[in-house]
Amino acid sequence: MFKKKECVAMLLAGGQGSRLSVLTTKTAKPAVTFGGKYRIIDFPLSNCANSGIDTVGVLTQYQPLVLNEYIGTGLPWDLDRNYGGVKILPPYQGKKGADWYKGTANAIYQNLQFIERYDPDYVLILSGDHIYRMNYAEMLNFHKASGAACTIAVIEVPLKEASRFGILTTDEAGQIIRFTEKPKHPDSTKASMGIYIFNRKELAKYLIADAEDPKSANDFGKNIIPAMLAAGEKMMAYTFEGYWKDVGTIDSLWEANMDLLGEHPPLQLGDKSWRILSRHENAPPQIIGPEGVVENSSVTEGCAIYGTVKNSVLGENVQVLEGATVIDSVLMGDCVIGEGAVVEYSILDRDVEIGAGARIGKARDIAKGIAVIGEGTVIDAGAVVADGAILPQ
Amino acid sequence: MRAAGLIFSNIHDASIPELTARRTMASIPFGGRYRLIDFALSNMVNSGITKVGVITHYNYQSLLDHIGNGKDWDLARRNGGIKILPPFITAYDNAVAGKVYSTRLEALMGVMNFINRCNEEVLVLSDCDVICNVDLSLVIEQHEKNHADITLISATVDTAEQELDAKAQVPVFDETGRLIDIGVYSGQAGEVEICSDILVVRRTYLQRVVTEAMSHGLTSFYRDVIYRNLGRDRFFVARYDGFFARVNSIESYFRCSMRLLDRKSRVNLFYRRNQPIYTKVRNSAPTRYLPDASVKNSLIADGCVIEGKVENSILFRGVHVGKGTVVKNSILMQDTFTGENVRLGCVITDKDVVIKNDRELCGHETLPFYIGKGMTV
Repeated sequence: MFKKKECVAMLLAGGQGSRLSVLTTKTAKPAVTFGGKYRIIDFPLSNCANSGIDTVGVLTQYQPLVLNEYIGTGLPWDLDRNYGGVKILPPYQGKKGADWYKGTANAIYQNLQFIERYDPDYVLILSGDHIYRMNYAEMLNFHKASGAACTIAVIEVPLKEASRFGILTTDEAGQIIRFTEKPKHPDSTKASMGIYIFNRKELAKYLIADAEDPKSANDFGKNIIPAMLAAGEKMMAYTFEGYWKDVGTIDSLWEANMDLLGEHPPLQLGDKSWRILSRHENAPPQIIGPEGVVENSSVTEGCAIYGTVKNSVLGENVQVLEGATVIDSVLMGDCVIGEGAVVEYSILDRDVEIGAGARIGKARDIAKGIAVIGEGTVIDAGAVVADGAILPQ
Repeated sequence: MRAAGLIFSNIHDASIPELTARRTMASIPFGGRYRLIDFALSNMVNSGITKVGVITHYNYQSLLDHIGNGKDWDLARRNGGIKILPPFITAYDNAVAGKVYSTRLEALMGVMNFINRCNEEVLVLSDCDVICNVDLSLVIEQHEKNHADITLISATVDTAEQELDAKAQVPVFDETGRLIDIGVYSGQAGEVEICSDILVVRRTYLQRVVTEAMSHGLTSFYRDVIYRNLGRDRFFVARYDGFFARVNSIESYFRCSMRLLDRKSRVNLFYRRNQPIYTKVRNSAPTRYLPDASVKNSLIADGCVIEGKVENSILFRGVHVGKGTVVKNSILMQDTFTGENVRLGCVITDKDVVIKNDRELCGHETLPFYIGKGMTV
């Protein structure tokens, strides 16, 4: 027996995130570490939990191992429920055949059965690519009040950046009149955040029609939204104000991490009114050694700092040994920075070991780029890794 | 593993009244993010024990909050798991009926139901005043090989690091490890081997002696069970040589805590292979060090915001160190808030203490200045 749920969330977590290069060799993008002790998917999951949405289907496809283990029963987000809770939904073999998820819309289409079990009135579509805190319940209220078939969350972006996004043009009442994916000459600054609320019945109707069209790319932005607009459905834009960052590239991932630092950081994870929940490793408190220096940084449990750390974000169990220096960098976890080594303007994935005296990256220079070291890489003592280098190649 | 655990959560409360005024010994915060019971529980769990009874007495709400359903120690189980055993005053005979237990033996009488329901052959009994990371499975192996009735775990302590009082018990044993006598610490300096109050006991033996003691109206476990049966029953000693600390006063709490700042001690306690120390998970953000922060030789939990200077100190979760504030040789428990230009030296603040701007507070290593839970200075 399943109880009816008003709204079910579907979280698209199957993307490879190829622009994150070696960071997504072994893990799907939503499972990439962020801010020391979080993974990107913690943000939409915590938003769901905090918004009172207790049924979340997570659609996985690319490298799901870490993600599956991370989500587990959903307990850290209080989504381990007798009815609903978080459920992992990988592609499966059906009676008529087996298919990978061909696109975002196809992934939801293949799981219409899952949605129907809860008999929801609304379906919330989310992606695991963004860092933000948002109350989906408010968006749902807006959707219900407007009587629309679909509501899309939008954020104001600078006009010069608008051509990087899916841009929505609306009338004064906020009703969407046009949707253009990455327009060359944008006529609006309302960028789609990739967050949609659909009336379940309409969603099912358009997904089924889309699945029957062999020429469709089975994508929400490219197919479903334009089809609904063309059919004259009422579609609304819901404006979100607050911190929101797409962390789909190395640069934006680095920037979003740096947004945690400073006297008044743009992104404050310590805010108790809207906690970002995560699965914690069990590690002892961090230790700053007798000669350790830590300035303007975010450091988490299990770290041992005997060297110098400045303007950096350190994940669990990072060891910075005597004489080592870490500046302007993101160290995701379980890294060891050997004695006298220098790490500057770099991102180090988990389990990276930097030998004594090695030098990774150079002083911050946006033109040269960030050095990125993939999971489990060992850099020999005394080695030099150039700025902007990506290892392993 | 055929062993179950029993933890006495209150038994030494009286020795450290400041910290136990509103909590049990077991729930005294320690080492930045732990409670004392975490060490007893982790030792058991790491040795494969999956059934643990926690004997409580009074003041145990903070302990219940901490333990929850036991999931954080992997003790939320259909079979076994963690069981809180509150005082059960009407369950045993008239000698003690009508009052809550006051000795270890009476406490055991009170939980005979739990013990009788165990089908494990061995019970591990542990108090909460000791901080150590001991592989109990080795002790249990030795216990079984010796066909022992009781195996006491002894630890070597250095009197320079650990103050000992006349209550400290010194085991005397032969080369096979068989216990000959238990002496009392007589004041010598240097390394001393003492009983840890962690015992491995054969269940049927425990059932028999506790039942006998009940019928004879006896009250003391050490006097009436161990001393009386020395040389007759099979008592052995197992030696533990890792990090060991016993908290028996606010001063020793301070000194035990500060030992964690020593790298060797810390590694010895927290980083034993396959023997992590577990504790309750609290969703704290990572600790933020602001541009003017300066931190040396300190143990710091998550969720802190540090704007000032911290030296030789232990900060629990959610502590705020304000601008221009200097914290030295101090222990600041969960959610302590210090304003700007505060000076602290050898201070212990309990949870939720607020220290307003420009306050200067100073104790001494031998008499740390303790500020009670929720106080504002």
